[in-house]
Amino acid sequence: MDLNYTPEQEAFRQEARSWLEANAPKEKLPSFDTKEGFEAHRAWEKKLHAGGFAMVPWPVEYGGRGANLLEWLIFEEEYFRAGAPGRVNQNGIFLLGPTIMEVGTPEQKARFLPKMASSEEVWAQGWSEPNAGSDMANIQATAIKDGDDFVINGQKTWASRGAFAHWLFGMFRSDPDSKRHNGLTFILVPLDTPGITVRPIEKLNNKKAFAEVFFDDVRVPIENQLGDEGKGWEVAMATAGFERGLMLRSPARFQDTARKLVDLYKRSVASGAFVAPELRRTVAQCWMDAEAYTLNTYQTVSRLMAGGKIGAEASLNKIFWSELDTKMHETALKLLGYRAELLSGSSEAGDVGEWLDGYIFALAGPIYAGTNEIQRNIIAERILGMPRK
Amino acid sequence: MEFDFTEDQRALQEAVRDFLKGECPVEFVRAQWDTETGRSKEFWAKFAEIGVPGLLVPEEHGGLGMNEVDLTLVMIEIGRAGLAEPVVPTAAVGAPLIRDCGNVALASEWLPKIATGDAIIAVAQPTSPLVPEAECADLLILRSGDGLYAVPAADARITPQKSNDPSQKLAVVEFDAKDDQCIARGADADRLEGMALDRGALAAAAQQIGACEQLIAMSVEYTTERKQFGVPIGSFQAVKHQVANIKVALEYARSHVERAAYSVANDMTSRSVDVSSAKIAAGEAALQGSSTSLQVHGALGYTWEQDLHVWMRRAWTLDLAWGETAWHRERVAGALFEDTLPAESFGFSPPA
Repeated sequence: MDLNYTPEQEAFRQEARSWLEANAPKEKLPSFDTKEGFEAHRAWEKKLHAGGFAMVPWPVEYGGRGANLLEWLIFEEEYFRAGAPGRVNQNGIFLLGPTIMEVGTPEQKARFLPKMASSEEVWAQGWSEPNAGSDMANIQATAIKDGDDFVINGQKTWASRGAFAHWLFGMFRSDPDSKRHNGLTFILVPLDTPGITVRPIEKLNNKKAFAEVFFDDVRVPIENQLGDEGKGWEVAMATAGFERGLMLRSPARFQDTARKLVDLYKRSVASGAFVAPELRRTVAQCWMDAEAYTLNTYQTVSRLMAGGKIGAEASLNKIFWSELDTKMHETALKLLGYRAELLSGSSEAGDVGEWLDGYIFALAGPIYAGTNEIQRNIIAERILGMPRK
Repeated sequence: MEFDFTEDQRALQEAVRDFLKGECPVEFVRAQWDTETGRSKEFWAKFAEIGVPGLLVPEEHGGLGMNEVDLTLVMIEIGRAGLAEPVVPTAAVGAPLIRDCGNVALASEWLPKIATGDAIIAVAQPTSPLVPEAECADLLILRSGDGLYAVPAADARITPQKSNDPSQKLAVVEFDAKDDQCIARGADADRLEGMALDRGALAAAAQQIGACEQLIAMSVEYTTERKQFGVPIGSFQAVKHQVANIKVALEYARSHVERAAYSVANDMTSRSVDVSSAKIAAGEAALQGSSTSLQVHGALGYTWEQDLHVWMRRAWTLDLAWGETAWHRERVAGALFEDTLPAESFGFSPPA
């Protein structure tokens, strides 16, 4: 056990810090849940890519930096320290990208990864269907082989980034006689293909950014199949492991929120405003929990770098960060007291708006990437070995 | 940067786990409740043969010369087994205090005896008047005024207290402060006492991790066997999710404890905040483990006969040892809000 950074790691941190200080936008970009914000975030991704920092842990040939996961953690710490924009292509770069690297063909890697790294192509997720949410094995959208194509019919919903994205990845039933987890195939679909209708859905934050996607005899070439035919479930589980377990939510994000919360508490006390006494304990607990998540991630990364894999324990992470994020934002709103309902632009709002936006975003955390109830089932059955039936 | 244990450290943990499986089954723990001293000299002698009491004792004094990272893995196993012998005051707190106090004669006399299992040390807790293991101790490290004193058992007036955990041995101790028994004064005494507190709290936290693992294991086993409505009760989500919640609390507490072990072993500036974070998180996980385990065991868990309460009571009382949770919470809050101690965000370097 050695919890010191090497001189090389420190040098990398300095390099990332200098670049971000010089290049990160000084003004907050508009939300990427709007068309304008979506394009502004893509422009930022392009700049990040040109600077060589878009995909720190990816191989250079795919638009990455060829760094290891520990350097990725360092980069993320600097990224949040710099207050740099959210990653508009996170479905692609953090979830699909690692999956393509694991199971994709050489042609697929060359075709998809570089344009993903630069956000020239932004990805939407196509997991859920109206009758396949937590029960994802109940997927009914079909992809039937016809010559060199799959012909896709059916509906996906809650497709994150679906309103503006260029591509969608998802699971479809390629064997119409199959049941449950069998007979599903993981397919990459260009959203401008004829027969696709994207209908944006207004989210709790009043913005139309996720979407329903309808497929009506949509033809997609069979080379867009990722992994083996009929083995989509296994491919999807690899993606879900990365999503829940590591890449999607780096610890720096929560440490950054925790430190802002500590600062808000100190300023609230110093201002002489009423601060409920129990919040002292709650804020300290939030800070400790963000630390715990960080420590745990460093342990995971140490294990992965020594050749280990992420398994069902990813479900522990997903519960922990999603509930922590909600708790931190709830606590901030309590500290803000009577102002906590004010939207940005109100003269009394101060910095309420950002906490309120963050709170509404955090509320989705226990639902997306597999509800926390499903994660608890996974922990009980797959980690602890409790009976399924 | 490498946040993991070595293969040797894991092998040590395995060896201690196997040893305790053989030498400290729950029947042994329960049998000790009814003996005169509650402690076993035979067990302690065997424990010394595998080196546990002298784990932190330097090799030149006959110990293993290891550090708190190694010891933490051992303490986890002690918590899992429910062992109640004076490991914390002797091996985790007393030995390094005697090693570090600068008194060569004291070190030469007592460290070899600790390593061979021939001396038990008791150390006063700065956060409580209750001294653990005072009755069985040969030497007591006690505070009086601005001094820290090494007091032979014969010079200590010991009033035993009865704990809700029959395995715990607590006492109030009085003594007459004598200059020739003083080992440190003023800032030196404060430093040694502060280090003792952090070492004791870390050792308690590590035991809570082990106790929590044991409570989960017993709950999984019971809810898999016990059937109602024709199915194992562990197949119900209402039961599964409660047990899963303990596992979440446990794994994040473990990260705090392992970091705190490193901080103590390397005397990092963030040591005290790291230890308090570990003590809080491990304590909460173990308490959640005990209340949930009781609930899923139903009425059976509420009996004296069922072994569950061996670990439940341990969780309750360890939570009070070496600074109760509220005390540690206040120490972290003071560091964060009043800058009383360094509270460093791990990895996240402050702006240059």
